[in-house]
Amino acid sequence: MTPQERIEALLCHWAKVHGEQGDVVLSSRVRLARNLRGIPFPARGQDAQLEAVVAAVEKAVARVSSFKLTKLEALSPLDRLVLVEKHLVSPQFIENPTHRAVILRADEAVSIMVNEEDHLRIQVILPGLALQEAWRVADEIDDLCEAHLDYAFDERRGYLTACPTNVGTGMRASVMLHLPGLILVDQARKVLAALGHLGFNVRGLYGEGSEAHGGIFQLSNQVTLGKTEEETINTMLSACRQVIDHERAARQALLRDARLQLEDRIWRSYGILASCRLLSSEEALRLLSDLKLGLDLGLISGLPPQLMKELLLLTRVGFLQKIVGKELGPSERDYYRAALVGERLRGE
Amino acid sequence: MRALLCEHCRERQATVHITQVINDKRIELNLCPICYQKEAGKFNLLVQPDFNFHSILAGLLQSAAPEAVPAPVTGVCRNCGLTFSDFTKAGQLGCSECYEQFVEPLEPVLRRIHGNALHVGKVPRRTGVRVRTRKEIENLRARLQEAIRREAYEEAARLRDEIRRREKELTEGGGQP
Ligand SMILES: [Zn+2]
Ligand SMILES: [Zn+2]
Repeated sequence: MTPQERIEALLCHWAKVHGEQGDVVLSSRVRLARNLRGIPFPARGQDAQLEAVVAAVEKAVARVSSFKLTKLEALSPLDRLVLVEKHLVSPQFIENPTHRAVILRADEAVSIMVNEEDHLRIQVILPGLALQEAWRVADEIDDLCEAHLDYAFDERRGYLTACPTNVGTGMRASVMLHLPGLILVDQARKVLAALGHLGFNVRGLYGEGSEAHGGIFQLSNQVTLGKTEEETINTMLSACRQVIDHERAARQALLRDARLQLEDRIWRSYGILASCRLLSSEEALRLLSDLKLGLDLGLISGLPPQLMKELLLLTRVGFLQKIVGKELGPSERDYYRAALVGERLRGE
Repeated sequence: MRALLCEHCRERQATVHITQVINDKRIELNLCPICYQKEAGKFNLLVQPDFNFHSILAGLLQSAAPEAVPAPVTGVCRNCGLTFSDFTKAGQLGCSECYEQFVEPLEPVLRRIHGNALHVGKVPRRTGVRVRTRKEIENLRARLQEAIRREAYEEAARLRDEIRRREKELTEGGGQP
């Protein structure tokens, strides 16, 4: 395999495709929490019970040839980390690999965590704004599992989950948003606070605190009881569309009022990415955000629109070591990160 | 002590007294030996040589209501052993039965998170049918108790048959009843 082929094979669906409203929405995710009736939740289950859950789920999805179950213990720590970086499993999931398994669809748009906080976490991640499609796929896989598994379900409380915050639909829908325009015009805080008041969770991604590095935010639903899945998704979609409008308006305002400064910023970032020799992950995130903004505004051309997502993944610690094929110390990482991004931008 | 008439025939003296506590409700059944024989036949109660009525009726109600055992007040989930203080410490429940076990203390917790809401979302295809069947069985059991209280034994027998039939559906539907 050439390095480029190896990179292609490593990337997952949401990072390879730009997607609908891809200038603002990086990816959409729907996750369903499901449990088997009567069997203690993973945190309280005994070894034999948890193994039985893995076996039952494996059997339930056995007819789907594109699904493959892997026990977490069978994976190297590095491969587990890469799964987290791709957002296919949660960071908590790999903390303790015992009795845990992950089922992946070949394109990695679908993953099922077995014995995370709940017995099953069915997850669909798609590029761009595609919540309805993600829900449709998750719903289908859920039916497929339920045909063979006795779910813990109560008419009043819905799907019963380990944490009462998930009870009801057990559904957590989220979108990853790129909002550099709102940050530059200093409106991000206001928009995000408004979303919080509307009952959404807003999280800055890939950064410390609320001032998200790289302008990436995750928006997700808070409430799982008393609303149907469709209602939840439609509410999120209309909130997303408003955020998208605000973000695009901010970008147009920047182009109109500060085009030169904006171009200067974007081309400086491009220049550093293309020619630096050492690149930390924080700096990469910040510069890649500028690169994406440049691509989405048509200020930079000749590069694929999903490039930022791709590089966002490839420059993470696990990916980097996977690509280079050896364990890397912190300073080595910065060197290889710079080399990888530079090669990609210079088209080598 | 005044003589008690048989609740079934209202003719003979009731000498068979059956008391059972079901869901904190006391159900008393006072029958004459003849009616007891007759009714017991319907209820499959005959072969109890020592006439331990308590256990006979417990047996009847258990076959019709395996979950009618009074909930322990100790606050421990009988399925997974979680106590409510374990829950308040960890913020996580131990198993699906915990939701039934701690239905009252969980009420304010859920209200705080989700408001005063009930599930309106997806109902699982297969499990959903089973949940409905179980719900219907619960209703039938309540009606059975009511019928026994009203001394409508023929109705009670009919209800019991219906409960058996629905329970059979559950077990034949695959998986755990
Ligand atoms: Zn009588
Ligand atoms: Zn429990």
